[in-house]
Amino acid sequence: MRRHRRSPLLPWLLVLPTAVGVAAFTLYPLVRTIHDSLYKQNQAVRIPRFVGLGNYANLFDDEVFRHVLVNTLVFVVGTVPLSVLCALLFALYVNRKMRGISVLRSAFFYPTVLPLVSAATIWLFLYTPNFGLFNQWLHAFGVRTPPNWLGDTSFVLPALIVMAIWKQTGYFMLFYLAGLQNLSGEVFEAASLDGASPIQVFRFITVPLLSPTTLFVSTIAVVSSMQMVEQLYVMTQGGPSNASNMLLFHLYETAFRFRNLGEANAMTVILVTVLLVFTVANFVVSERRAA
Amino acid sequence: MAQGTPTIPVPPDALLDVLDAKRAHTPRATRQRSLGRRIGSIIGTTLMTLLALSWALPLFWGIAVALRPPEVSVASGSPWWGGALTLQNFTDAFARIPFGQYYLNTLTIVFGVLAVQLVTISLAGFAFARLRFPGRDVVFVLLLMQILVPTSVLIVPNYTTIRLLGIFDTKLAVMIPFFASAFGTFFLRQTFSQIPSELDDASVLDGCRWWQTLWYVYLPNARAALIAFSLVSISFHWSDFLWPLIVTNSDKNRPLTVGLNQLTQLGETGAQWSLIMAGTLLVVAPLLILFLIFQRQFMSSFLHSGVK
Repeated sequence: MRRHRRSPLLPWLLVLPTAVGVAAFTLYPLVRTIHDSLYKQNQAVRIPRFVGLGNYANLFDDEVFRHVLVNTLVFVVGTVPLSVLCALLFALYVNRKMRGISVLRSAFFYPTVLPLVSAATIWLFLYTPNFGLFNQWLHAFGVRTPPNWLGDTSFVLPALIVMAIWKQTGYFMLFYLAGLQNLSGEVFEAASLDGASPIQVFRFITVPLLSPTTLFVSTIAVVSSMQMVEQLYVMTQGGPSNASNMLLFHLYETAFRFRNLGEANAMTVILVTVLLVFTVANFVVSERRAA
Repeated sequence: MAQGTPTIPVPPDALLDVLDAKRAHTPRATRQRSLGRRIGSIIGTTLMTLLALSWALPLFWGIAVALRPPEVSVASGSPWWGGALTLQNFTDAFARIPFGQYYLNTLTIVFGVLAVQLVTISLAGFAFARLRFPGRDVVFVLLLMQILVPTSVLIVPNYTTIRLLGIFDTKLAVMIPFFASAFGTFFLRQTFSQIPSELDDASVLDGCRWWQTLWYVYLPNARAALIAFSLVSISFHWSDFLWPLIVTNSDKNRPLTVGLNQLTQLGETGAQWSLIMAGTLLVVAPLLILFLIFQRQFMSSFLHSGVK
């Protein structure tokens, strides 16, 4: 029987494939995109020319880009609080042993499993004027001219927000379910012995005790709703007249349709910064709470 | 209640009830409350069932449209009643676009990524869990960057890289950014470090080389974690759209999601609906079936995927 010594190089070799992958497709592109964002490169200027912060200045001067920023903000503000609240309610309801409860749980969760592009295809037809499910119902209720949900500048964002809430809530519900499992039953028993009404229990016990979960879920909700892009590709292409255009989709079309790489890289830097700020802020806040 | 200790805020009337506990719990009070509660719970159940139904509606509607002849859905405006059920839309979808090829592409991409990931995360997870080496923390923080900056927003610089590597319009281009998984590495590191190190030491004493220790001691004990990671990876890469859309350009390499979208782009005219719905169901069916079979597994896996 021989005893083998592990070479001191071994750990490095084991980590190497992962480190190379992260270096090549996360770190290098980060540096590269910051670098490229300082150069002008588009249909007219084929060879990159250094312009400093010129691309950023152009972006913030651009009415479309500002519109895109506002839309993204509206979408996040419209999606996150509502889906987090629904997630909490769903979790509270399905967190019990009862026949048929797993059917409800699956009904709320299954949209998470669907590819966003497929979900968007289904919703495209739900929203279609004339034949779509929603307008069929509105017709049935006597509404003569129901709105063209995706074709109307004032309805398109709310329509996309509803779809996003439907898609994501089940995922967030999971974290509340896990959070609820960690709460001791004693608190609730005590409260119910004390005669607290369900609403009081919810307001004064459940919500405060689940606040770490809420913080965590809200962060991933913000981060993931800023990355939702397929629904725009399938349902609206950012239209009508940019009323539903958002940061990641605009980044995509700027790079791959308008071929303006300089500005697309500047947008990448902006998007990455926003995502980083959110994630790091969440980390700092939750560390401080734990301390 | 002791001062200075953290307490749960209790509403004043509940406090009164604490003092009045005996009176508050006379049989009559209990019966009244339970009647109120019962009504409340009936309302709650009805409401939640309606909500669950509306959540399920888009899927059921899609299935209904896909199973009706196109004329029925369009003419009557509703796929719910009337007319016979048919599989015609599915066969039409197969005839219109090369579904077989797309399926094969998606399967190749999904399982190609997964196979490489399982190797890379096992190796790196093992190193981080059990081996000490200089620079360990630096590498750890670098990996963290992959979790903080999602690959999906780095499409522009990564596209440039794919061009530089000369692998545009290949399945490799779709897969390569995902071969390394920081989330998987951290997930396995955590699982591995919970395995008693005595088992590791014993295997070394028995003459195991490191790969034998990894294979016979660590991996069998991490089965649940490996399955959880696999489910998340499979559903993520099955669903991916924007990246493969950017780096593929031919039917030979397009995955299902991108391929089907070409059908959707044909137009929103009513006549195409049933066809597109059938196609969409063909894309989601494997994921949904997997989910229905492994419901609990799926949910707990997705839970881990958030806690990255």
